[in-house]
Amino acid sequence: MSLLPPEEPVHLLDPDGTLHEDPEYPVGLEDEALVELHRTMIVTRRIDREAINLQRQGQLGVYASCLGQEAAQVASAWALQDEDWIFPSYRELGAAIVRDVDPADLLHLFRGTWLSDHDPYEHRFALLSIPIGTQALHATGFAMGARFDGNPIVTVVYFGDGGTSEGDPHEAMTFAGVMRSPVVFFVQNNQYAISVPLSKQTAAPTLAHKAIGYGLPGYRCDGNDPLATYAVTRRAVERARAGHGPALIEALTYRMEAHTTSDDASRYRSDEELEAAALTDPIARLRNHLRRRDLLDDAMEQRFEEEAAERAQAVRDAIYDAPHGDPLELFDHVYVAPRADMAAQRDELRAELARREDDDGGAA
Amino acid sequence: MTVTLAQAINRALADAMAEDDRVLVFGEDVGRLGGVFRVTDGLQSRFGEQRCFDTPLAESGIIGTAIGLAMYGYRPVAEMQFDGFSYPAFEQLVSHLAKLRNRSRGTLTLPVTVRIPYGGGIGAVEHHSESPESYWVHTAGLTVVSPGTPEDGYAMVREAIASDDPVIVMEPKRRYWMKADVELPVTAPPSREALVRREGTDVTIVCYGPMVRTALDAAEAAEDEGWSLEVLDLRSLSPMDTEAIVASVQRTGRAVVVHEAGRSLGLGAEVAARVQEAAFYHLQAPVLRATGFDTPYPPAKLEQYWLPDVDRILDLVERSLAY
Repeated sequence: MSLLPPEEPVHLLDPDGTLHEDPEYPVGLEDEALVELHRTMIVTRRIDREAINLQRQGQLGVYASCLGQEAAQVASAWALQDEDWIFPSYRELGAAIVRDVDPADLLHLFRGTWLSDHDPYEHRFALLSIPIGTQALHATGFAMGARFDGNPIVTVVYFGDGGTSEGDPHEAMTFAGVMRSPVVFFVQNNQYAISVPLSKQTAAPTLAHKAIGYGLPGYRCDGNDPLATYAVTRRAVERARAGHGPALIEALTYRMEAHTTSDDASRYRSDEELEAAALTDPIARLRNHLRRRDLLDDAMEQRFEEEAAERAQAVRDAIYDAPHGDPLELFDHVYVAPRADMAAQRDELRAELARREDDDGGAA
Repeated sequence: MTVTLAQAINRALADAMAEDDRVLVFGEDVGRLGGVFRVTDGLQSRFGEQRCFDTPLAESGIIGTAIGLAMYGYRPVAEMQFDGFSYPAFEQLVSHLAKLRNRSRGTLTLPVTVRIPYGGGIGAVEHHSESPESYWVHTAGLTVVSPGTPEDGYAMVREAIASDDPVIVMEPKRRYWMKADVELPVTAPPSREALVRREGTDVTIVCYGPMVRTALDAAEAAEDEGWSLEVLDLRSLSPMDTEAIVASVQRTGRAVVVHEAGRSLGLGAEVAARVQEAAFYHLQAPVLRATGFDTPYPPAKLEQYWLPDVDRILDLVERSLAY
């Protein structure tokens, strides 16, 4: 079996909405599901915009936008079953929304209220991972556990083009290949790692080619094509579920915003490049397709926009001026076992806080 | 029955695996070979390849997958083959294993045990004789223990595996062949309690891991000088039993800390800080430290001059008594 990726990435949906079916990559989504997928991408984009606004208003310290990557995230997450697990990096708002994770919970990380705020087990969506690519090992270990148990679940781990240079994904794919773990390594190639373009990140012909070295098939898809992304992910996931082992997917997409709100992308890329990328917009192309098939009309679009705005408002309400928790909680979750040093240091801080309060009271 | 430290740990792993089928043992060469020190000998043939398995040569991978396995619901016991080769896993240990429970506000429990043979005195080549325990003790979220006797080898490994916290077990490799007369299984006080291995009145020798034996030898030799040394085995480095250290120093008024690790920011510095904070007026002399030097670990032919030994301990005891 050749592990060489195909010459061209899988592409089913043109920007104008024309669908080219490929028997190797059947989509098989009901009309309602297609519309729902579209709606979910709209919600993702709207909440992503809200998060940027919240950051600009000083409500978040920083935020990493997924603008332009909605199909790469939503359509791939769509291909999973309920019991499967997602291991994100820090940009996967779209995948989180598919999984019903409350976006406000994720934004607390960026606000600095706590370091994360959702229960990974509730939606089978692991905590956001900031150290690049490290989550690939967690996803692999989790999949190893599932395989040991004969549990037919699959884990999907997300990282970027930059992440493929780090050692942990390399080690993860090495482990996964040897142990035939049911894990799919989903690489969102959005062309940049902060300011470093793909050409400076690797000499590999494509990122999918890297999979060969681990004995994994490397799939490629147009990451801005929701149907191709869905079909390719589904194929890799079901292959893993059937016991045929892990795979890597390279989804070609583009990071429309800067790396985070702290980054100034104009320092390293041109308006012309952005304009060209906008022509491949994932939401526009599915809209065009649904319109052609009369599955989407003005009234529905209006409703979707309103719903998305409501969801964004709910996020805003949850985040705006949200108070931080009790500083004494800093000592609560460091260890399971009670420790004398934690109790003593908590008492120290408690005394400090009491003194400050007294001082403030005096000043007032 | 005569049991070595290595055998005691081996038995602890086997008993833990027999009692709980969620316990997994893995690392480089631990399966078929039984470990380069034979500490995992027989586990694979007894429990099968799924429970005790060999991993690819990738330390970060070993710890990172252990985290994933623990999230899934297993109790992984991961081995770093040597102290000096634990560093590729530094990020997974410090940025994730130590922090995930806190980051998740208590939702994630990671009952991972990491076993690391450490320390020198075995004539090994470079990178095989390190004492990196300070890095782990300094990392909030990690529990760090070091057995100094075969009994503790058994009891503390069992305790580490049963603990829901991530625990690093620093196994003193030069003591793997140290024998004791003990019937396994054995219970011991919880590792967070330091133990007085030998009572004394003049100076408290605070030690752990490989230096417990050395400290006891020093106490024996000290009798010839008319000195009565109390040997306190810390057992747990994080948490550290400050109360026991202080109680002993309150009795003796003097302390010498012994560790192989280099002097600066070694555990001796932490012990000295805690002692002078809590028992200042009981001290007759400053807390002194018998340690390795602040140089990279020496070549095998020179380690005898570098490592603390009975003479270095007694020199410092003498200095302490001269105050």
